[in-house]
Amino acid sequence: MTGIDALKAAGLVLLAAIVQVSLAEWIEIGEAHPDVVLVTLVAISLLRGPTYGAILGFLAGLVLDTASFGTFGLTSLLLTVIGYWTGRFGEATTRSSAHPLLIAVILASAGYTLGSAVLHFMLGLSIPASQLFLAVLLPGLAFNLLLAYPLYSLCARVLPPRLVVRREVKPAV
Amino acid sequence: MLDAPVRRGDGPPSRSGRAFRARLVAALLVLVSLALITVYFRESDDGPLHAAQRIGVSVLMPFEVAGERVARPFRDAWGWTSDLLGAKDENDELRQENEELRAELIEARTTAQEYAVESRMSDYVSGPRFPTDFDPIVARIIGRPPTPYQQEVVVSAGSADGIKRNAPVVSPDGNLVGQVTDLADSTARITLITDQSSSVSAVVLETEASGVVKHGASPSSLILDRVEKDEMASAGNTVITAGWTTERFESLFPRGIPIGTVDSVGQQDVDLFKRIQIAPLADFDALSTVIVLIEKPQPEEPARPATESPRRRERENENRP
Repeated sequence: MTGIDALKAAGLVLLAAIVQVSLAEWIEIGEAHPDVVLVTLVAISLLRGPTYGAILGFLAGLVLDTASFGTFGLTSLLLTVIGYWTGRFGEATTRSSAHPLLIAVILASAGYTLGSAVLHFMLGLSIPASQLFLAVLLPGLAFNLLLAYPLYSLCARVLPPRLVVRREVKPAV
Repeated sequence: MLDAPVRRGDGPPSRSGRAFRARLVAALLVLVSLALITVYFRESDDGPLHAAQRIGVSVLMPFEVAGERVARPFRDAWGWTSDLLGAKDENDELRQENEELRAELIEARTTAQEYAVESRMSDYVSGPRFPTDFDPIVARIIGRPPTPYQQEVVVSAGSADGIKRNAPVVSPDGNLVGQVTDLADSTARITLITDQSSSVSAVVLETEASGVVKHGASPSSLILDRVEKDEMASAGNTVITAGWTTERFESLFPRGIPIGTVDSVGQQDVDLFKRIQIAPLADFDALSTVIVLIEKPQPEEPARPATESPRRRERENENRP
């Protein structure tokens, strides 16, 4: 993790958070909004791995919780887990999967929505399951899939993918 | 040689080392998040996390404002487009909702009106003004006169309900409406007192001036005719049914049913009788329910000679005693 890379990644996440609170919250289908921060986090995690994903997820969550006067730490918790998991997913499947980005976005969106529902339920706030799936999860998923490739291209331009250094192990004999 | 340790050169950390470090960082951040949630919930609104959040909001505010200004045209465009797309559906939904609300409103108003009518009717039937030797039969008006010349209505009760021909009919307030002139099993025709064929013997309550109430110049007016010139009446007096009884005949209407109030009294030298203009108390245009008065069965009387038929009835416009 270089300093320049970290600054670029943090800038991207901050920018995404500002776009999220100023623009994306106004775009609505059902009760879902495009989650620019989540898709950006997924893209950066795929590009830079689980450590970046976890740290940036935590920071993005803090920014969102602050901007929205939400419960401090709630979004951080979710995005930390999602960032870490996406990074691991990227390390494991990037080379073998046909569309790792789309799969990651689908799983991350579903995980974020369901995780958020579970945490809010534990805090005493709940919505009907049908509403969660039909009005939040499905439209949100569609939004995020539409955002996936453009945001990934932007992130890949700012944070070019690293070349994988393969070690050659020579037999000792 | 196989047992010799493998030397690794200096370079990027190994894959397992990076994975461990990532796991450690993630676990640490999860713990921090949980701690933040816990502290945030346990502290008061003046606590450090809330204060930090407020400071964070202040710091982010300029970015949000700037972002909002940049985003406003896009947001407006999105809103305009989505509004346009949703306008038709919304219009249909609102129309349907409007229809449903209108139906509910009509139903509620109808129920309220019915309740008010029933309340008045109940007060009248259980009150002292209701004639003691009659039973009430409540009937809804289902037909109105097709022309202004016929002052008749049709009600949804007939002979099967106990209604009899010539039975007097009053409004829910107990004001005289008319009498039953035709009958079927489940319907009956009521001729209103404003009809040209109708006449009711009546008296002025205050002065006992008696006469016959007939239709007036307009469909909704009445006159009290055949009042002797020496009898007195003045505007505002109440006209009620006379309810006379003789040995052989009896009025169709029991005494004391209010008919109207005196509007004006006219008298010309060449006329034999006074003509008194009456404003009917019953609002015939607003009537939706009426009460038909059915005389209770009389206790059996000793047999009379055949020439003296018991309590014959005749129409009021026939000769008065």
